[in-house]
Amino acid sequence: MFQSVIDSPRRHGVIDVRLRRTLWGVAGLASSIIAVVVAVVATEALPALRGVELPRFLNDPSWHPTNQRYNLAPMIAGTFLVAGGAVALGTLFGFLSAIFCCFYAPPRLAGLYRGVMELLAGIPSVILGLWGLTTLVPIVAAIKAPGFSVLSATLVLGLMIVPTIGLVAIASLQSVPRSLILGAEALGLPKWLTVVRIAFPAARSGLIASVVLGIGRALGETMAVMMVGGNIVQVPESLFAPVRTLAANIALEIPYAEGLHRSSLFVSGLFLTLVILVVLCIAEWLGPEPIHD
Amino acid sequence: MIRAISFPFRKGRSFLALSVMALLSVAASAHAAETIVLTGSSTVAPLMAEIGKRFEETHPNLRIDVQTGGSSRGVRDARAGLADIGMVSRPLTDSERDLTAFTLAYDGVAFILHKSNPVKTLTRQQIIDIFTGKVRDWSEIGPGRGTIVVENKAEGRSTLELFLTHFDIKSSDVKAAVVVGDNQEAIKVIAGNPLAIGYVSIGSAVTEAGLGVPIKPLPMDGVEATIDAVKQKRFPLVRELNLVVRKQPEGVVKEFIAYAQSDQVTDLVKDLYYVPVGH
Repeated sequence: MFQSVIDSPRRHGVIDVRLRRTLWGVAGLASSIIAVVVAVVATEALPALRGVELPRFLNDPSWHPTNQRYNLAPMIAGTFLVAGGAVALGTLFGFLSAIFCCFYAPPRLAGLYRGVMELLAGIPSVILGLWGLTTLVPIVAAIKAPGFSVLSATLVLGLMIVPTIGLVAIASLQSVPRSLILGAEALGLPKWLTVVRIAFPAARSGLIASVVLGIGRALGETMAVMMVGGNIVQVPESLFAPVRTLAANIALEIPYAEGLHRSSLFVSGLFLTLVILVVLCIAEWLGPEPIHD
Repeated sequence: MIRAISFPFRKGRSFLALSVMALLSVAASAHAAETIVLTGSSTVAPLMAEIGKRFEETHPNLRIDVQTGGSSRGVRDARAGLADIGMVSRPLTDSERDLTAFTLAYDGVAFILHKSNPVKTLTRQQIIDIFTGKVRDWSEIGPGRGTIVVENKAEGRSTLELFLTHFDIKSSDVKAAVVVGDNQEAIKVIAGNPLAIGYVSIGSAVTEAGLGVPIKPLPMDGVEATIDAVKQKRFPLVRELNLVVRKQPEGVVKEFIAYAQSDQVTDLVKDLYYVPVGH
């Protein structure tokens, strides 16, 4: 069968050309859809960008868009606070899980644990939000009312990010050439040193990619955060204070928003998009090429 | 659910939707389709968008165009003839007697507590004190104790608007612990928190309580929060959802208004937790 393919190089070439065209087309379509999305968000944001001076989005007295007050600053702070905490948690437990799976767990347990993580990754965020609302929030409320808080939001979001980061980290640690690990073992390095000094540097770009994915998910996640965060527009004074993120703000208010209110929600959407773009650029700059290439 | 329904009426708002609509309507416009334009209240708009869709099914050459902009826009556009029908989520005032209103449904708002909360009723002043943060613990009210968890609605929601107007509170004076979007979310929060208080459309409260969700709608000024009380306008927090027109409607507009008030759309009215007229 292989023989016949090789025997007809012309046919082979035709398939290649067609495949190339199709792939170019698909790639072009995918990237142009992104361009259209950004363009639409920017167009919708334009009235607010024109009608409200930019600094007002940061220093208006409050967020009461129906009364022409457009301060997004508390929600920007809330977004970074919750996302930052969740990414820290997610990175810690994600990396630890990956190390456990790749280096310490017996193969069967590693497979099982990975399966559990895949399952966790597949749980819809609204379900995790519901769990947070009915279980986590009352527990936090028992420590300090009202329970809808930075802490609850961070924990739920962190839980969602653990598999995102963990699974990508596992894949990148597994792609570290076996020879490097065996070499380290042959030199008599203890396992933890092998992990920290050999495997991690070798898998660097994959690990960075995993964290970037986690950051992207943390910044954009809406439903679960909206259900447990409390959504009060304020710079939270403590871990137990309610918080509203930009994404939650958009989801909460867009269905009935009018005019400049609606447009200013698109401004916050545009801002989120830009932040994620910057994160991607930093990641690109941090992890250029895998070391083992 | 409400969110999913509320998007279609934004057709023509965004560039993308516009181009899709343009593509879809090429066939129709070749036939010089007739259009009924409705503008106004964002409370009524999702309902009219759904009713419009159903009406279009039996009137292939007709397009129903629903745009939001608040009740005041509904009055303004109907008066100026910019819209065939205005949507107004309140009774017409004396200065608006030049318009004719057709009531579609009623919307009532009730306060809800967790079923286990021993509080049986709250006065107007108690509600104001709770929502503005003057009273922070249930022990200051009567039976029960614990920090009150005040649940408010997001800006732009019609229930928030009705609540603020009725109690004459400014949006910025409300001191809430939780802000939610639609009625179902609001009910979920209350059902999960014995110390919480919130407010929702009476239709949704009665429905969910009937399904066994542990919430308790409170009576207001001695009137129980029931669908009947809303229908008979005995409940204090009730408003009418109206369609308004400048002159007596004719032809297909008349037919459409009659359709929107008919039994054929009762299910759509109930889907949005409004109380149908009459039945």
